[in-house]
Amino acid sequence: MGNRKKVVEVRNLYKSFGDLDVLKGVDLDLFREENLVILGRSGTGKSVLIKIMVGLLLQDSGRMEVLGKEISKLGVRELNEMRLKIGFSFQNSALYDSMTVRENMEFPLVRNYKNLTKKEIALRIEELLDAVGLPQTINQMPSELSGGQKKRIGVARTLVLNPEIMLYDEPTAGLDPITCVDINNLINEVRERYKTSSIVITHDLACAKQTGDRMAVLLDGQFGALGTFEEVFPHAEDQRIKSFYDYNFINS
Amino acid sequence: MAGQSGTRKHVFSKKIDAFFKGLADAWNFFKRFFQEVFVPPYEFKEVIHQCYRIGVESLPLISLTGFIVGIVFTNQSRPSLSEFGATSWLPSLIAIAIVRAMGPLVTALIAAGKVGSGIGAEIASMKVTEQIDAMEVSATNPYKFLVVSRVLATTFMIPVLVMYTDFVALMGAFINVNANELVSISTFFAQVFSSVTFLDVFASIIKSVFFGFTIGMVGCYKGYNSSKGTEGVGKAANAAVVISMFLIFIEELLSLQIINLFRIK
Repeated sequence: MGNRKKVVEVRNLYKSFGDLDVLKGVDLDLFREENLVILGRSGTGKSVLIKIMVGLLLQDSGRMEVLGKEISKLGVRELNEMRLKIGFSFQNSALYDSMTVRENMEFPLVRNYKNLTKKEIALRIEELLDAVGLPQTINQMPSELSGGQKKRIGVARTLVLNPEIMLYDEPTAGLDPITCVDINNLINEVRERYKTSSIVITHDLACAKQTGDRMAVLLDGQFGALGTFEEVFPHAEDQRIKSFYDYNFINS
Repeated sequence: MAGQSGTRKHVFSKKIDAFFKGLADAWNFFKRFFQEVFVPPYEFKEVIHQCYRIGVESLPLISLTGFIVGIVFTNQSRPSLSEFGATSWLPSLIAIAIVRAMGPLVTALIAAGKVGSGIGAEIASMKVTEQIDAMEVSATNPYKFLVVSRVLATTFMIPVLVMYTDFVALMGAFINVNANELVSISTFFAQVFSSVTFLDVFASIIKSVFFGFTIGMVGCYKGYNSSKGTEGVGKAANAAVVISMFLIFIEELLSLQIINLFRIK
């Protein structure tokens, strides 16, 4: 990655739940304007890692630095300031189901930028809904949206705070192949347009190939492979990575 | 390092440890309310919205129940009083019973069922679908938005609903008394107001405040701490009702003891 600036630095990170050790000494770097894809089977701790990144979970030990600050050492106010710089797109979109699309997008904006006028807020929302291609949904409820639309609105809602880092948790899970391609394109567009650095959590290799500059494969609580798609997958020697590749591109 | 250790030891046993941990969590949740409620930003709009939901949307059920309680209680009390030729005391008896105990208790129990379960299920489903996490990562305090607003709303609205239930139950009682004893509305309410003291009304409102706080707090706590999955949503709603009702009866008993101290004086 040459001289590119690191925006996330993870070192020797451990996390367990009860007797279950999930992360066992994870090391990882994310560079500015890079799309890094984290792959791994279900339950390997991919989502746990990005939840530690935004302070939703606390590591047992190790270091998680985001934009030069150790997340576990931030106070409530500093953590909230940091969270404004990190957009988190949830697996199930996590749209507030009692609010319309407009209210969903207004929610973080009005609470964090109190000096914005109603007109500025409306313009920002319209701009982002245009960017994700769903301006017509502005007054709809989440229950009226399709899975793909929910994902797009979820991404738009995170972009409303103008984040520097985007975290996508299983962005294509449960979507049809055509919508998956749309979502993958959206992830790339977001990076191009808003100059974000992104981590994409997935077990969909097509999504990984289309969106990722680098791949990191999480195996047994540690990264088993790290590199470009070509470096990690087609000729993988590790049987677990090989079977992951074979299943995605040959068996399916 | 916790992350590298193999097995975890319990202080007592897994269940007893979990029980004490639950108590500690509940205490911290309760304490956090008082830490957050006076600190800006205030979610006024959400409090008003919740007051509307809890108050206005409970009216049909509360009206029906209060009215029926008034009629039934009057009907059931009449034979006992008539044995002593004291049916003229019906308005006084009913007013005291409704204002002191039945109004607050019936309203609180119905609200625990309707409002408490609703709050528990709503917050639990938000937890399961990661909506609470979504608020947290967008630098918004979900506790303040979801919990403080709902607990304030139940604390404000249950006393209002109690007064409304008292009125509706008395109207039910009046209809019954009027039909049987041909008592006019002015005579009925003159007797009601001469029997009910300031202490009765004041105590009724104060205990309703505690009932409202309990319903909101228990509903929010069970929802906020629900386990993952749709099963957790049902369990949270159910536990919110059961625990609220249990606590309401305990509070009723305690309030009776405390109010009696004032009456003796």
